[in-house]
Amino acid sequence: MSEKKGFIAEVKSETGVNVNRCYQCGKCSAGCALNESMDYPPSVVMRMLQTNSAENVSKVLRSQAIWLCVSCQNCLTRCPMQVDIPQLMDYLRVQALAKKTVNKKSKKIVAFHRAFLDSIKYTGRLYEVGLVAGYKARTFDLLQDLNVAPRMLIKGKLPLLPEMVKGKKQLKKFFR
Amino acid sequence: MEIGFYPGCSLNGTSSEYAQSTLALAKAFGVTPVEVSDWNCCGATAAHNLNHELAAALPARVLALAQQQGFSEILVPCAACYNRLSVTQHTLSGNEALQSDISEALQMPLSGNLRILNVMQFIEKYIAKEIPQKIVKPLTRKVACYYGCLLVRPHDVLQFDRTEDPQSMDTLMAAIGATPIDWGYKTECCGAGFSVSRTDVVAKLSGKIVQDAVERGAEAIIVACPMCQSNLDMRRPHIDSYLKMKTTIPVMYVTQAIGLAVGLSRKELGLEKLFVTAKHVA
Repeated sequence: MSEKKGFIAEVKSETGVNVNRCYQCGKCSAGCALNESMDYPPSVVMRMLQTNSAENVSKVLRSQAIWLCVSCQNCLTRCPMQVDIPQLMDYLRVQALAKKTVNKKSKKIVAFHRAFLDSIKYTGRLYEVGLVAGYKARTFDLLQDLNVAPRMLIKGKLPLLPEMVKGKKQLKKFFR
Repeated sequence: MEIGFYPGCSLNGTSSEYAQSTLALAKAFGVTPVEVSDWNCCGATAAHNLNHELAAALPARVLALAQQQGFSEILVPCAACYNRLSVTQHTLSGNEALQSDISEALQMPLSGNLRILNVMQFIEKYIAKEIPQKIVKPLTRKVACYYGCLLVRPHDVLQFDRTEDPQSMDTLMAAIGATPIDWGYKTECCGAGFSVSRTDVVAKLSGKIVQDAVERGAEAIIVACPMCQSNLDMRRPHIDSYLKMKTTIPVMYVTQAIGLAVGLSRKELGLEKLFVTAKHVA
């Protein structure tokens, strides 16, 4: 297997992560909180990438696993080879977005992240009411949290008006 | 004494009791946290999941603002903000090209060494020593100290406490008369940002945490992260239906627990804002 080309090389140059350092001990998968819900556990994702085959790379970029990773950093903490899997996952997610291969079952996760960034884009700070409205508009998940919101409101946990950051223009160019 | 203060979005809204109790506690010990003016969101999970440059730019602006406003130290109680700010500081210091790109785009200098303190580091540095003489109502309860992910990982960057069995919160709880229990979920993930998009995942992960705490005899779970708190507290109906049992263990912030012990009122500490009431334990 060549490190000089293909996806392995791309990952290495973009993130500094060398997927070939993984020797398949499986500690990442053993400690992964989301393992049971993933289609491929982290160590399997690593092995698939190590093959450097276009078919396996495509499977990874279409997987649910990359979106279910919550970046809890347990895998990196326990990895005897210090392979930065959370950073790799960030890269894989951005690639899946760019190649439009986002896993169908993960669309709600992506919708939430997008609604979150939209909210910051317009105000500079997170505006929860706007976030949930944006999320619902993207997912048609209209019933989500209808029972929680009133209690949050009563307890003063849900500001109704957004706060505007004066310098938000400085950040504008980073949103795409 | 004044110190910079970055509340972040959660403390401004869904976790306002964390801001309230942190500020009340600081005041009781003669410390005044001064909010970094015009701060923006740190980007949280969404930014680093979808857009790497943005994930660095958002925290970078906060760090630059704090320095511009003359702070050498900032208190960041939210574990997620603390993590994003610290990771960004670390990334930028090791990547000159990225640092100058972002600095240019923001039109702000990005250098210097601002110290970022999480809530435990803040308490250890400015409050802990005086706790013993200020205790009026020891919290004589068994507590499960829950640190979650973002306070302790990645260790290479944060350099805070131990990754598998951290002790800082346990030590603080012992100092106010509580008995921290030994348990297995101190640094397991609660499901974090999946609260809305995958509530089922949060119910399961947070459910295991609540279950272990209850089974080992804890009477309260103590936290230092708004995401952990809201998942374990506001998502309790989902947790209980996952566990197929009714649980009543409250989830308090470390600042609320210490505040109670030094005689601050329930109102000052925002205890009435918890979904799962803490009345039966404190």
